[in-house]
Amino acid sequence: MDNVLNHIGIENYIFLSVILFCIGVFGVLYRRNAIIVFMSIEIMLNAVNLLFVAFSTYHQDANGQVFVFFSMAVAAAEVAVGLAILVAVFRNIGSIDVANLKNLKG
Amino acid sequence: MDTTLALVLILAPLFGFLLNIFFGKQLGKTLSGAIGTFTVIVSFAVTLYFFLNITETNQAIQVKLFDWIAISDFKVDFGFLLDHLSLLWLMFVTGIGALIHLYSISYMHDDENMHKFFAYLNLFVFFMISLVIGSNLLIMFIGWEGVGLCSYLLIGFWYKNQDFNDAAKKAFIMNRIGDLGLLVGIFIVGFVFKTIDFAELKTIVLAGTMNNEMWITIAAIALFIGAAGKSAQIPLYTWLPDAMAGPTPVSALIHAATMVTAGIFMITRLYFLFDLAPLVQDAIAIIGAITSLVAATIALVQTDIKKVLAYSTVSQLGLMFLALGMGAYEIAVFHVITHAFFKACLFLGSGSVIHALHNEQDMRKMGGLRKAMPITFITMLLSSLAISGIFPLAGFWSKDEILMTAFHGNPVLWVIGSLASIFTAFYMFRLMFLTFFNDFRGTEEQKKHLHESPALITFPLIVLAILATVGGLISLPGNSWLNHYLAPFFPNKEHIAHALGQTEYILMAIATVGALVGIGVAYAKYMKQNQVPGADATFTGISKVLYNKYYVDEIYDAIFVKPINALSNFFRDFVEVGLSAFVFGFGKVANELSFQGKKLQTGSIGFYLFIFVIGFCAIISYLFIEL
Repeated sequence: MDNVLNHIGIENYIFLSVILFCIGVFGVLYRRNAIIVFMSIEIMLNAVNLLFVAFSTYHQDANGQVFVFFSMAVAAAEVAVGLAILVAVFRNIGSIDVANLKNLKG
Repeated sequence: MDTTLALVLILAPLFGFLLNIFFGKQLGKTLSGAIGTFTVIVSFAVTLYFFLNITETNQAIQVKLFDWIAISDFKVDFGFLLDHLSLLWLMFVTGIGALIHLYSISYMHDDENMHKFFAYLNLFVFFMISLVIGSNLLIMFIGWEGVGLCSYLLIGFWYKNQDFNDAAKKAFIMNRIGDLGLLVGIFIVGFVFKTIDFAELKTIVLAGTMNNEMWITIAAIALFIGAAGKSAQIPLYTWLPDAMAGPTPVSALIHAATMVTAGIFMITRLYFLFDLAPLVQDAIAIIGAITSLVAATIALVQTDIKKVLAYSTVSQLGLMFLALGMGAYEIAVFHVITHAFFKACLFLGSGSVIHALHNEQDMRKMGGLRKAMPITFITMLLSSLAISGIFPLAGFWSKDEILMTAFHGNPVLWVIGSLASIFTAFYMFRLMFLTFFNDFRGTEEQKKHLHESPALITFPLIVLAILATVGGLISLPGNSWLNHYLAPFFPNKEHIAHALGQTEYILMAIATVGALVGIGVAYAKYMKQNQVPGADATFTGISKVLYNKYYVDEIYDAIFVKPINALSNFFRDFVEVGLSAFVFGFGKVANELSFQGKKLQTGSIGFYLFIFVIGFCAIISYLFIEL
């Protein structure tokens, strides 16, 4: 079977992952809407998943691909919980701006 | 049988104490006093039984109740030792104790806390009995501490007067210093001999296998410090005169006849130890002699009738210690007994006078009481003659024995002791003349109420005066019942009877003449010239020094109390402040740290995340750089 890595080199996948991850990080850091922060987290997760799959193919080892399934399952659960929290937060303070969530101030 | 009786002997006063302390108020004054007296009489009766028993069988009775402490090979039993010495002691402790209880019924009748008084007196008798009959040093120590406590309670009995409370505290603290010595002595004895049982100790020492001289000497010194505290010897004697703040029966019972002789009892109990430490014996003799002289000189000018008697007691105790130091234990015991008789009588007599004058203790305001109080006068006169050492009263024999022993041991000590005796005769008759002769110097109001005391007061006086008169018969030179009786207690001692040679008769003559001179001077000064000591401020020169008791209290105050107070203040003002600054410093630092750390917790999620990412990046870069 033809290896996809023969057409596009592994380093490109790494670059793409790093770029996606950085986008995610900056999204988390700079956006104040909680939903977008969430999306940014998802982007980071998926960047890692992409890297998993790429290296899995590179090493001819299926473990990485299996791990991605777990990762996606956990991410789905996290989103469910996270969105539920957001709904609760919105009901309480009428906003989902993370800058307003300051009740834990010491 | 013996165990039961011994238990009755010791527990009867305790029972009286419990009854009086818990139900005294409901019982009423008469019943409360009767119970207190009766329990002591019970003890006296049991003692008498044992005493008659031992004079027949000559066998010491040992009562062991139970094992008390057992640590590997060190064992302490809880038991009593009823031997010749302890029974002799019990005879006069319970006997005089019973008389003084009887006296107190009348003397304390107007006091609202009479039941408490009897409770404390009973407690005192209980502890005194345990001190005397304990079979080992530890039980004796319990009694020793107990009588100290009762002494404290009774000196401060009229607690509303702050001076009396201070006197009580002073007595307690002074005693504590001595008690520490005793305790150290007990530890050393236990360490060296592996036992603190009197009988076992005696066996070990008399077997002669123990020659740990250094430790025995140290133990003897420590024990002597204990004895000096309890028996008011230099340098720990200042509490006894102040202890006169207590009611007069207390002065008679505790601070003249019984408790203050505990030190002499302890040294006699452990005579075999002291025999092994001749240096300590010499020290005891010297301290005893000096104490007797110093106290006698102070007594010369005191104006408080009880203070005179108090210093007289210290002086007589000094003579007893002189005898102890000379190794003449049975003579010391003899003087303890005769002294108990006449000094108890004198104190009770002074109590009778004070009672008649409504708590007036200043001899300058007495005088001429002879006619109003004939019984008190005659009994006190007999006792004064006895203490002055006039033939053939009790004091003559015992004091003479001590002086004779001193003469054979060390003439210097004999001179000191004789001087003290002459002074004794002088101050006792000064007291007598000022109190009972010439005209009454008190107020008209007091004069109207002058009366002889009731029978409950005069009866003990009469009994004690008779004893003070004939008490010397128990140990006549050459034919001493006392020496004979105590012989089994001193198995290793040659019975030294002073052969009555020419020297002895000369010594007796000197002592008698000395006493007569003392009385004569007092007569000339206070009877013929009718002098009365002036107000406190008029004392000059030596009298002033003597009147102020050589300023010993002031010296102690300057040497010990003030520096200790200064040290305490220093610790309070500087050391404690420094320490608390250090300790509180920890708290302050922690507080400051958390206060600053709190500022990090802004609650802003963005900020947290930012820190999180930075930190994460830092960790990652660190790992990569390392690798």
